[in-house]
Amino acid sequence: MFRMLRGDYGGQILIALVVLACAIVPYLNLYVPPSSPFHLSTFTVTLLGKYLTYALLALSVDLVWGYLGILSLGHGAFFALGGYAMGMYLMHQIGDRGVYGNPDLPDFMVFLNWDQIPWFWQGFDMFWFAMIMVMFVPGVLAYVFGWLAFRSRVTGVYLSIITQALTYALLLAFFRNEMGFGGNNGLTDFKDILGFNLQSDETRIGLFVASGIALILGYLSCRAIVASRLGRVAVAIRDSEDRVRFIGYRVDKVKLAIFTFSAVLAGIAGALYVPQVGIINPGEFSPLNSIELVVWVAVGGRGTLYGAALGAILVNYAKTYLTGALPEVWLFALGGLFVFVTLYMPKGIVGLMRRRQKEIGA
Amino acid sequence: MKQLDTLRETMRRDEVFSFVKPDANIQPITDRGVILSLEGVNKSFDGFKAINDLNMAIDAGELRCIIGPNGAGKTTMMDIITGKTVPDTGRVRFGQTMNLLGMSEPEIAQAGIGRKFQKPTVFEALTVAENLELAMQGDKSVWSTFRAKLSGSQQDYLGEVLETIGLQDGAKGRSGSLSHGQKQWLEIGMLLMQRPHVLLVDEPAAGMTHQEMDKTTELLTSLAGDHTVVVVEHDMDFVRSIAQRVTVLHQGHVLAEGSMDDVQQDQRVIEVYLGE
Repeated sequence: MFRMLRGDYGGQILIALVVLACAIVPYLNLYVPPSSPFHLSTFTVTLLGKYLTYALLALSVDLVWGYLGILSLGHGAFFALGGYAMGMYLMHQIGDRGVYGNPDLPDFMVFLNWDQIPWFWQGFDMFWFAMIMVMFVPGVLAYVFGWLAFRSRVTGVYLSIITQALTYALLLAFFRNEMGFGGNNGLTDFKDILGFNLQSDETRIGLFVASGIALILGYLSCRAIVASRLGRVAVAIRDSEDRVRFIGYRVDKVKLAIFTFSAVLAGIAGALYVPQVGIINPGEFSPLNSIELVVWVAVGGRGTLYGAALGAILVNYAKTYLTGALPEVWLFALGGLFVFVTLYMPKGIVGLMRRRQKEIGA
Repeated sequence: MKQLDTLRETMRRDEVFSFVKPDANIQPITDRGVILSLEGVNKSFDGFKAINDLNMAIDAGELRCIIGPNGAGKTTMMDIITGKTVPDTGRVRFGQTMNLLGMSEPEIAQAGIGRKFQKPTVFEALTVAENLELAMQGDKSVWSTFRAKLSGSQQDYLGEVLETIGLQDGAKGRSGSLSHGQKQWLEIGMLLMQRPHVLLVDEPAAGMTHQEMDKTTELLTSLAGDHTVVVVEHDMDFVRSIAQRVTVLHQGHVLAEGSMDDVQQDQRVIEVYLGE
C-alpha cells in the first residue's frame, strides 16, 4: 500500500507528522491537566482539526492544478457542498431540541412557515446516506460540469473563469431562503454527531483524528494516481494537451476522471470541516475562498501534493494569527503573499527548499 | 417516424444493442495496396482555400515525401488525416474501408496513424523512458492507464526503441534537457512505440546538423517497409536522400507526383519553386 510513497520523502514526512499529531494531540488535550503548560485547549484542537481539513482541500486543488494544469477557482464550491450534506445530517440530529422544538422541521423551516420537510432533505437523517451524499453531490456536479467543459475543450483562463462563475452562482442560489438550505444563515446550532455531543472534548478529539486519517488516506490516493501511468498522462496533458490526443489518449476523459475525484476529496474535506466549526453558510461558496485556497497551494508549492498541505496549514496559521492581531491587514497580507510567491517563489516553499538542498549538495 | 424506426431497431430481439457490437469501422488493414487515400478533399479557412480538390493515394510500406512551397497545404493535409481538422468535402480512407472522417484524434491514433509534429513536442517534465511508455500501444482508457504496468515484453520493446533512436544512455534523464535533434528522435521513438501502420512525419530535419540529418535519413529509411512513412519536408537535399516517390503540393492541390528526378524536370514544379 505504501509503494507509492517510495522516493516521496516530503510525503513520508507529512504522513509521519500527521500520525504523530493524531497520537500526541489527544493525549495533551485529554490527559494532561489544564494547569500544565503542555495542555492543549480544546479550542486549539479544533483549530488544528480545521487546518487538517484545509490541507485535504488543498490536496484536491493541487491534484487538478499542479498535475493536470486545470486552475480551478471554484473548488470551494465542492468543499461547501460536502459541508452542506454533512450539515443537513447534523440538522436532523438536533431533533426537537431546536428553539421551536419541532421534532420534524429544522428551526429555519419553522420560521419560514413550511409545514413539511422538502424532498431533498429526505434520508439525511441516516448517517450513511449523508456520507454518500457528501461524496456524491460534489462528484456529480464536477462530473456534469467537467463533461460539458472538457468535451468542448475549454481550457486555461476561460475554464478558471467558468469555475469561478459556478461557485458564485451557487453562492447566490444558497443565499435564497426558497432553496431550503437556511438561506443567509446557513445551517448551524448543531448538537450531536452519531449520538456524541459535539461540544465534548472527546468528540472534538474524535473529529480531529478523523480529519487526520482522511488527510492521510487522501494523500495516499492522490499519490497513487500521481505515481501511476495515469499521473504521467496528466502531467503530459498539463504540458501539451494536443500531443496527448495524438498518441491516443482521450484527454477529456482523463481530465473528467481526475477532476471528479478531486471534487469528491474536496467534499469530504468540507464534511469534516463543518462539525468542527459548527456552521455552514453560503459564505463558503464565495469566490474569495476558492481563490484563497489556490494561494495556499501556490505558497506551499504546486505539483508536489505535500507542498499543498504544508501551504494550507502555514497560510491558515498566519491567517488565524493576523486576523486576531491585526484584523484589517489580513486581506492585504494575502494579496501581497500571492504576488510575492508568484514573482519570487514560483515553486513555493517546497521549490525553495529543493533549491537549498541542491546548493548544499553541489 | 425516424425516431420510431430507431426505436424499432433498438428493440429488435434478434440483434444485440448496437453499442455492444464491435465497431464495424475497425477492420484489419491489408498489408498490400493502398493504405491511405484522400479523394476530392476540400478545406477553406475564411474563404482561403487551403486544400483544393486534393486526391492522393499512398501504398502500404511506401516511403513518400510531400514537398511544396509555404502555404501549399501540407500541414493542413496532415491535420485532416489525423482528425484535427474536418474537411468541407471529400473522403479520407485508411486501409480499404476505414473512414477517418468523423473519428476523433485519439481514435485515429489508436487505429494506427501516428504523427510527428513540426516543432518537436515531447513531454519535457517526464523522462525519456516515460515519454516512450506513454506513447506505447495498448488500452488507453482511464482505468487501465491507472492500473498499467510495464510487462517484460513491453520493457524489451521499449529498450529496442531506445536503441533504435540512440537514446539508451539518457533513458532516465528528463526529456526537457535533450538537444533539438535528440528531441526529434525521441518523437520518432514515441511514434514507434505506438506501432502505427502509418507514420506522418512533419519536417523531421528542421534545425538539424548534417550528422543528425544523416542519422534521421537512416532511421526513416529503415522504418519504411514495415511501416508506411509519409514525410513532409522543406529541405530538398534531405528529400533527395530518402525519397522513393515525391508528391508536390501547390495551393492545396497535387501538382506533380513521381520519382525525385521526374519531379525536378517537371516544368510546372520548376515554375512554382523558382518563380515565374
